[in-house]
Amino acid sequence: MMDTFLTSRNVADVLGGLTNGVIYSLVALSLVLVWRSTRILNFAQGAMAMIATYIGFAVLAPTTNYWVSMGIAILAGMVLGGLTERVLVRGLYGKPEINPIVAMVGFLLVLESVAAAIWSTSSRGLPTPFSIVDYQLAHKPVALSPFALYEIVTALVVMVFIALLFQYTKVGLQLRAAALAPEVSRLLGVRVGRMLTLGWILSTAVGSITAVLVASNYFTGLTPTSMDGVFAFGFIAAAIGGLDSPVGALVSGVALGIILQFVGDYLNSNAIILVALGMLVVSLMARPNGVFTRSAQRRV
Amino acid sequence: MIDVRELSVAYGAVQALRSVSFEARTGEITAVLGANGAGKTTLLRTISGLVPSQAGTVTMDGRALGGMKPEDIVRLGVGHVPEGRGVIAEFTVEENLRLGAMIAKGSLSDALAEQYERFPVLGERRKQHAATLSGGERQMLAMARAMIAAPSVLLLDEPSLGLAPMVTAQLMHVIHDLCALKDLTVILVEQNAKSALRIADRAVVLYLGTVVANDTAAAVGADEKLRQYYLGLVE
Repeated sequence: MMDTFLTSRNVADVLGGLTNGVIYSLVALSLVLVWRSTRILNFAQGAMAMIATYIGFAVLAPTTNYWVSMGIAILAGMVLGGLTERVLVRGLYGKPEINPIVAMVGFLLVLESVAAAIWSTSSRGLPTPFSIVDYQLAHKPVALSPFALYEIVTALVVMVFIALLFQYTKVGLQLRAAALAPEVSRLLGVRVGRMLTLGWILSTAVGSITAVLVASNYFTGLTPTSMDGVFAFGFIAAAIGGLDSPVGALVSGVALGIILQFVGDYLNSNAIILVALGMLVVSLMARPNGVFTRSAQRRV
Repeated sequence: MIDVRELSVAYGAVQALRSVSFEARTGEITAVLGANGAGKTTLLRTISGLVPSQAGTVTMDGRALGGMKPEDIVRLGVGHVPEGRGVIAEFTVEENLRLGAMIAKGSLSDALAEQYERFPVLGERRKQHAATLSGGERQMLAMARAMIAAPSVLLLDEPSLGLAPMVTAQLMHVIHDLCALKDLTVILVEQNAKSALRIADRAVVLYLGTVVANDTAAAVGADEKLRQYYLGLVE
């Protein structure tokens, strides 16, 4: 009875959607971390994370194991994020809205070209730390593999870590204050510039973990553009959930993943991107500030 | 003590302060009075480092503050409660206070307890978002948040703005007591000259960025010309 349910088509869609959805949630969370503090949409988010993954895996793969490579990728992402904020982004604050958009899209193209020049465009398979064969129940597959479970658990750990950091630590309090009220924060001694850099560092750390998860998926592998698709869905999730809302990012990422899985299964896999864009348009018309953002909080 | 010497500030072509000089002594409340646009807020923002000066100096106990960042000036003991209070509405009362206590030495729980004792209403509402507080309560929170860092100088920008007369009276009472108790140097910017003069020791009157009077509060309050032309205190 129970095993028939767990191996049913709908449960398979939910589980498959959840596995994709947590990735979209992480991308959205990474975008929210930067948007909340600096009001910049980081279109290069996926590309930055891709570069970090190359550094962790392509450069050092022969000498290290998966977990060490992942650690290096995260560190590389943090360094890249901090440098990007200091060197590229700092001059964009308070400029017309089009400036950061052009700069970040340009940065995306630069990063992808650089990666292609150094590492070529051919896909590299990353070592997969867990089996991608689905668990079995009464000789029927449940749409969940040890690798998918690893993705979900990692995403949860990252989300809980970020939530605890922001809610319960002194640094988290300063990060939130610097985003909400920069001038008042300075009057209370918060080093706002450092907090903005830290926001970018955290964002790219989350991004790097996401990119490693995406690239260690057997079906995707690592290419200079391997984050583009995931970034697009994560971006849609962030826009639907509200760029100011970490909770919105998480919920809408998972919801988007599950809905699109059903669309792909019951309709047509070509309809997925159409439905995703349709959801974006409808949600932006109904709640332009995002489903999870109280409109009064938004300053733009 | 804060010593302001020939301080000039400009926003582009607009001259906000012209060679302003006065001193605010330790243990005293110095009221800075004047109409809208007189330069009162600019004066406080320049002292705390938010606005760069064009000429002149600000010194605190002999130490020049010019060119320093606000986040460093506050660490020297200059607390600034900005115009509009600057309470972070999305934060709870306690989060606002924790933020203020970030640069304080000593234990956080003792520091919080001291503020809750002085402002019991904040203790009762510690878990509430600051957005739910009344204007008077927000002003109390802003004061407590500045005081929790144990400053030696307190800059207050229009604390009475938007408050009922009775709440204003209470607030002025609190400011007066705090100044005496902690031996603070208080610079109190107010449009509400009557309330401010009641507790101030000295008063500086600004008009279009220039000091037009700098005397004891009693003398300023008794000067008919000042009352009529600059303070709007006409019976």
